[in-house]
Amino acid sequence: MIEEIPNVETLGTNPGDPLPQLPGHVSHGRFERVLRAGHFAVTTEIAPPDSADPDEVLTRASLFDGYVDAINATDGSGAHCHMSSLAVCAILTRAGYSPILQISCRDRNRIAIQGDTLGAAALGVCNALCLSGDDVGAGDHPEAKPVFDFDSVSLTRTLRVLRDESRFLSGRKLDLAPKLFIGSSINPFVPPIPNRVDQLAKKIEAGAEYIQSQYCFDMDILKEFMKKAVDMGLTEKAYILIGVGVLPSARTAKWMRANVPGVHIPDAIIKRLEGADKPLREGRNICVEIMQQLKETSGVSGVHVMAYRQEKWVKDVVKRSGVLDGRVPWAPETAEIN
Amino acid sequence: MYKVRLWSVRRSRFMEGLYNTVNPAIIAVLKGVTKVFGKKLDKPITAAEAGLKGFLFDCQMCGNCALSKTGMSCPMNCPKTIRNGPCGGVRPNGMCEVKPEMRCVWVAAWDGASRMKDGDAIKSIDFAVDHREKGTSTWLKLAREELAEDTK
Repeated sequence: MIEEIPNVETLGTNPGDPLPQLPGHVSHGRFERVLRAGHFAVTTEIAPPDSADPDEVLTRASLFDGYVDAINATDGSGAHCHMSSLAVCAILTRAGYSPILQISCRDRNRIAIQGDTLGAAALGVCNALCLSGDDVGAGDHPEAKPVFDFDSVSLTRTLRVLRDESRFLSGRKLDLAPKLFIGSSINPFVPPIPNRVDQLAKKIEAGAEYIQSQYCFDMDILKEFMKKAVDMGLTEKAYILIGVGVLPSARTAKWMRANVPGVHIPDAIIKRLEGADKPLREGRNICVEIMQQLKETSGVSGVHVMAYRQEKWVKDVVKRSGVLDGRVPWAPETAEIN
Repeated sequence: MYKVRLWSVRRSRFMEGLYNTVNPAIIAVLKGVTKVFGKKLDKPITAAEAGLKGFLFDCQMCGNCALSKTGMSCPMNCPKTIRNGPCGGVRPNGMCEVKPEMRCVWVAAWDGASRMKDGDAIKSIDFAVDHREKGTSTWLKLAREELAEDTK
């Protein structure tokens, strides 16, 4: 299998060693290789532990072994405190994984963000995802000061300046630019729906090379959005990965719809879960079906599986969906076998 | 005022016209004022700008005014002060994720921009604000920039 996909799974002698940067690539990471090779990519996210124990990170990551191309390390998601994204990425990188550093604008200003970006690249991190971030009011420290010195668009532009112009925003030169594959996010499912594609265009113009979307439970809206993106030529300029989720029950789905900002779940999905004998199984079936439809949707380059507290099911839905076409993404164990 | 702010966005086309006529006049007057008085009248001029733009747009005096590029909806009223919005958290009814009683500033912005002659300006990137300019007058800044150009 591995011979059939040259340059995707090549390793150094040590899993944490950087791979050689291929011509035309901006990073030396495996995630960029998978996308540029034209494969349908699968990413997921890891819930950073409430702990100072690195083994907890590795244990959580091992749940996805052999089924995902990259792992997003969330940055205080939902404005809750957890181990930092940068640390999670450093731990995962050393083990050979391909983590995506999520950078939220909520907690750090432009001085801290630029410093952390250099630090991440120095620790071998190859991917960054630029996000605005949830408001502090959504989290467990609502009394905290929200920073928001940047928004996701200005942040994306800043990372491109660091990487492509090898300088800080101030103009001060870098000795070595951070070789990062830079992405941002989009939510096509909430107002102003007709302008969401314009927002996508803006993020790509700012420098996003890949996009990971919010949960997709509504293929009608998604197809409309992707059609416009394809017509505008945006899918030629950036890889679009669409978010999918595993809903464990109608109750959770309703709760998410009401309480998690930006999550759109149509009534039809909730009815399906309510009518199912085994809602947990039905939730996974829904996820598998959406993944299969996304694979067939023009302009979609991959899926981003977000399964908070359902992480053990990620392998199952990826396997059953067949979106990997038999490809086995890099994992510590498969690497040893080969 | 919230209601006036929404009114201004609904009349974004009219406000754009008003801005395009009145703004050059204000700048011309302020150039003259600067020549005669220097910076002596900065405080009352800044207060006048804050009062007028505050009434019409809930202006926060960020000193980096982008109203003509944001459908006449002031982005600094966004709880995340997003300058290239909206974020992904907008509620299904178009209201703000953080303040459910407030219409999303950026839903309003794209709506306002759709009625403006130069509505496409919203599609260009507005880089992060210069926080040193908070509380200063954008009118005076523009007048002084023009003066500097004139004297070159």
